[in-house]
Amino acid sequence: MAHHTVRNDAEKWDIRITAKQKYFELNLAELWRYRDLLTMFIKKDIVTVYKQTILGPIWFVMQPILTALVFMVIFSRVARLPTGNVPPVLFYLGSLTLFNYFSETFRVTSKTFSENATVFGKVYFPRLILPMAKVISGVVKLMIQFALFFLVWGFYLIKGSNMQPNWHMVFFPVIILLLSLMCFGFGILVTSFTTKYRDLNFLIAFGVQLWMYITPVLYPITIVSKERQIWFWLNPLTSVIEAFKYGFFGRKGGEWSYSWLLYSTLVTLVMLFMGIIAFNKVEKKFIDTV
Amino acid sequence: MSNVVIKAENVSKQYRLGQVGTGTLSHDLKRWWALARGKEDPFLKVGVENERTQKATSEYAWALRDVNFEISQGDTVGIIGKNGAGKSTLLKLLSRVTGPTTGEIKIKGRIASLLEVGTGFNPELTGRDNIYMNGTILGMTKKEINRKFDEIVDFSGVEMYIDTPVKRYSSGMYVRLAFGVAAHLEPEILIVDEVLAVGDAEFQKKCLGKMGDVASHGRTVIFVSHNMQAVQSLCRSTMYMKAGRLIETGPTERVISNYLNREVKNCIAQRWELADAPGNNRVQLLSAELNVDNPENNNIIDVGTTFDLKFEIYNHVEGANLNLSLVLNTTAGVCVFNVTTPATILSKGHHTSVLTIPGRLLNDDVYTISLYIVRDTSAVEHVIHDLLTFEVVDEQRQGAWFGKWIGAVRPTTLSFTLT
Repeated sequence: MAHHTVRNDAEKWDIRITAKQKYFELNLAELWRYRDLLTMFIKKDIVTVYKQTILGPIWFVMQPILTALVFMVIFSRVARLPTGNVPPVLFYLGSLTLFNYFSETFRVTSKTFSENATVFGKVYFPRLILPMAKVISGVVKLMIQFALFFLVWGFYLIKGSNMQPNWHMVFFPVIILLLSLMCFGFGILVTSFTTKYRDLNFLIAFGVQLWMYITPVLYPITIVSKERQIWFWLNPLTSVIEAFKYGFFGRKGGEWSYSWLLYSTLVTLVMLFMGIIAFNKVEKKFIDTV
Repeated sequence: MSNVVIKAENVSKQYRLGQVGTGTLSHDLKRWWALARGKEDPFLKVGVENERTQKATSEYAWALRDVNFEISQGDTVGIIGKNGAGKSTLLKLLSRVTGPTTGEIKIKGRIASLLEVGTGFNPELTGRDNIYMNGTILGMTKKEINRKFDEIVDFSGVEMYIDTPVKRYSSGMYVRLAFGVAAHLEPEILIVDEVLAVGDAEFQKKCLGKMGDVASHGRTVIFVSHNMQAVQSLCRSTMYMKAGRLIETGPTERVISNYLNREVKNCIAQRWELADAPGNNRVQLLSAELNVDNPENNNIIDVGTTFDLKFEIYNHVEGANLNLSLVLNTTAGVCVFNVTTPATILSKGHHTSVLTIPGRLLNDDVYTISLYIVRDTSAVEHVIHDLLTFEVVDEQRQGAWFGKWIGAVRPTTLSFTLT
């Protein structure tokens, strides 16, 4: 070891592999360098899902239709839950599609480490690429499904129904963005903890199912009494789903609340921030513990 | 001063032994509590070297301990050592798959590592898509792959099936395609694990050629292998690791020969006094030893070495009709051959027996011998199993193929021609 070089090798090294690390690190330049990998992962997610199925990509839209129909029978016909003045099928189709996007993407991003352990054990790339790809491919699927929603929605509008779509519809992209950041943030936070404490996996699988029932997906929030509503609004998903329904269905379908939307945005950002910290901490060492 | 592109300073890596997932929470809390009071991490103090022959005494083991080295641009460096010496761990650190426990590694330039071929291959995707998938995972951009695409397809010889999902490929095609991508990476530093052990001879030749190209273009190659042959022909300098420590770095020739001297443990001589020699009151074995023709080579036996096995017995019965029968086994238990001396009427006293094993008979492997002392060509007087153990190492081989030569023997005296 040449000791005299230690001081004056302040020369720039491209990579430093150390035990120490910064708490918050988001290397955007590196993510950008790997953008082609991101595209490949997205392509893989979309192309391989329905390979060797007869209906192929039609399954993307079959799923929401079938679920919406089943829920219509159970919740609208049997349980007689009101859907405002919105046709039940349309109501379920819209909010379920949104919620399923959230739950499905959250589920896969929260398994980032456990499901990709072999690849992570063999090669380095910015690990965040994977959950990012999952979120983006989820959005692509969501768009396909929303094409269906727009068709049904248009059909009911022409047929004449007393929905009141309004200018709040322009917030649709913002709603999708917020929802995406939410499942991304929650997902990377959870996956960071499941590498060590696996019990969380079971909790998540179960929890996401229950989450749907405390989110106004199958009913408008207005059916909940005023004093209890606050507990529903504390769920960061509520304001987002409600905002969507308000824009496309009008006053009776959902409720618009800037303050609760702001609250959801803040929760999302905090989760995202904590998620990135936890993810950074885990990604360097997790391969030793799987 | 040469241009250092990799510099490792006091790199150590600790692994937790036993079942991970039990009690970690309590350990985490203890560790956190110690750190919070400004004390040292209590679990970093304990630790043993990763010596697999001994049972671990601590819950934590050091896979790497205070490793320091520098690698300059354009170097081809081999890393050798027995299983568990820390080679793979070092590779993982260099590949950034995991981080060190202490110390730092600094790297200059783009680095690509091949710890396996075909990382990220998806069976449902076509060959074409998988080239892009695998290439981008290894750090190439789409543009670079576009440029290399035809070369890769050509190299792997799958142009007919390029739009077929790779799950329909034969395993050979799969590996060739995967290696094709890897071989066309153009990083400044290339790290290769023993992936060369795949594919047929012709393909290996292609791969080695490709690696040689990489090295000759001024790029740095780090190559980890058990195969002294491949290391010798590819690497200018070599690092020898043992139990997590870097024992020696230097010119390949010297390091390999030191490695063989230290790691190849032969039992090539046994000697007894008459009082406690194995046998019975009619005949006893006094000594067994292996003698190499060229003792200056530290008794390393390579495939080409001729050596003698010499035995000394003491016969108590005047006029006994004795013969020796020797069985040569590989340590895996495969019997290579059984030879016997002619039955001989022996006088009372010392007698010597010599078996000469010519070079170019045995393959590279570890062998043991069992010796039978037989009377009247039918009754076994005494048997000694695992009397001697010795390792035959591979010699500098001609040609471009470095895979393990299969078989218990490797005779070259057989006539096998091609005209």
